[in-house]
Amino acid sequence: MSDAEPKKLPLDAIWRARTSKFGDFAGYDMPLQFEGLIPEHNWTRQHAGLFDVSHMGPSFFALPKGHGLEGDEAHKKVASLIERLVPADIQGLKPGQVRYTMITNEDGGVLDDLMIARPAEPAAAGDLYIVVNAGCKHQDWALIEEATKGEANLVRADDRCLLALQGPTAHVAAAAVIDPALGDMNFMTVKRYDAFGRITVTRSGYTGEDGYEILVRAEHATDLANALLAHAEVKPIGLGARDSLRLEAGLCLYGHDLDPTTSPIEADLAWTIQKRRREAKDFPGAKRILREYELGAPRKRVGIRPNDRAPAREGVEIFKDGKKVGVVTSGGFSPILNAPISMGYVDAAFAEPGTGLELMIRGQARAATVVPLPFVPHRYFRPKKGA
Amino acid sequence: MTKRYTKDHEWVELSGDIATVGISTYAAEQLGDVVYAELPAVGKSFKQGDDMAVVESAKTASDVYAPISGEVVESNSEISGENWPIINEAPQAGGWFVKLKVADKSELDGLMDEAAYADYVKGL
Repeated sequence: MSDAEPKKLPLDAIWRARTSKFGDFAGYDMPLQFEGLIPEHNWTRQHAGLFDVSHMGPSFFALPKGHGLEGDEAHKKVASLIERLVPADIQGLKPGQVRYTMITNEDGGVLDDLMIARPAEPAAAGDLYIVVNAGCKHQDWALIEEATKGEANLVRADDRCLLALQGPTAHVAAAAVIDPALGDMNFMTVKRYDAFGRITVTRSGYTGEDGYEILVRAEHATDLANALLAHAEVKPIGLGARDSLRLEAGLCLYGHDLDPTTSPIEADLAWTIQKRRREAKDFPGAKRILREYELGAPRKRVGIRPNDRAPAREGVEIFKDGKKVGVVTSGGFSPILNAPISMGYVDAAFAEPGTGLELMIRGQARAATVVPLPFVPHRYFRPKKGA
Repeated sequence: MTKRYTKDHEWVELSGDIATVGISTYAAEQLGDVVYAELPAVGKSFKQGDDMAVVESAKTASDVYAPISGEVVESNSEISGENWPIINEAPQAGGWFVKLKVADKSELDGLMDEAAYADYVKGL
């Protein structure tokens, strides 16, 4: 990467008017904090937080024009191309369905985690909507293009704005400001709406709360952001609280909890590899990943609660009876539990909830306990049956 | 007595040969809500600039350095009693960290006074 000045977000002026606390993240000058990390975190758990995640990598991956296929056939074709890179069953997505997956390497490590969606609209059959991480987007797009050259086209959409609206009242604000139909979307679905130009909305997010991610063209983004911020339930939230929210929700941050040496099985993400792919064994790194799927991985991602108040942050080494058994990959403070929390990798023998461990913090061993993830229960929207 | 400040945002206030030490209002604001702090035990000695204490917010962990050499004669029981919000509410008063018995008062000469520190912070 270059030493160039970090890029300004299209909505820079809106955030700049509300905070001076910015920082470079993945080459973008991002708002880190508005009211304060803890109040912003709690607001998102109780109301709705608006996050600018335009640094991420939204893109469309589509069969070439005139492909002549329709419906499921077109989808299966484009999905089979992307399945060369990811272990999830993408062909099996229903119209409008979104799936979390990862790009794996030949060694079974993770190159990035991402969301892949099959558009709901029949006219978009043969398209996929793919959102990758900010820090990996150039690598990911190059990998996708290389693996599918001439068979499909990748169109970057990171000149648009990606806004995440997250929290238990996100649906109230989204229905009022955008379209009442947003309230009826199921979690992990996608739909396009003719509002603020033409927007692509997924009911998804990375905070453990219900909510949406909205892809909007830059020329309409200011209107959308201002309309959302004018709603009484919505406040702007910085990257700082985004990190503490995803940690409480037990979600991995790429480059910290996932990296090219970590397998999806070690990361406790076996659920992201559907049966058809496990049986076909046709994705990068299938050999290691499926061996670990069957026999168990040598180490495992776990939740850890320090027994006292000292936070154990990334890099803290984990011991059992004086022997090193792992390392913390994310750690900090949970405003909801009012206590420190960490995630890390430990030898499989010590991964059971309830296991006592020691965290080496500033040269001092401190007692801690393995706990189930997430630390704070997810509250994703599921439709009520028979309502 | 007046306070003197370090570039790392500690303050020190001398009364006789006892120096009260804490972090500045600016430091407390930058840090955000304190969620953990670790103070040194009474009897420990530090040289000027040594790691002396740790203060953590939700955002980050920060080392607090001894602004002057000395031996800890008292630590703030509010902080050791986990009343960490006092560090944000009154960083330059009730949120002090420790009292040091000072050997060499001339070390204060290298620190900033109120006006110089205010200028320094403005330039950050």
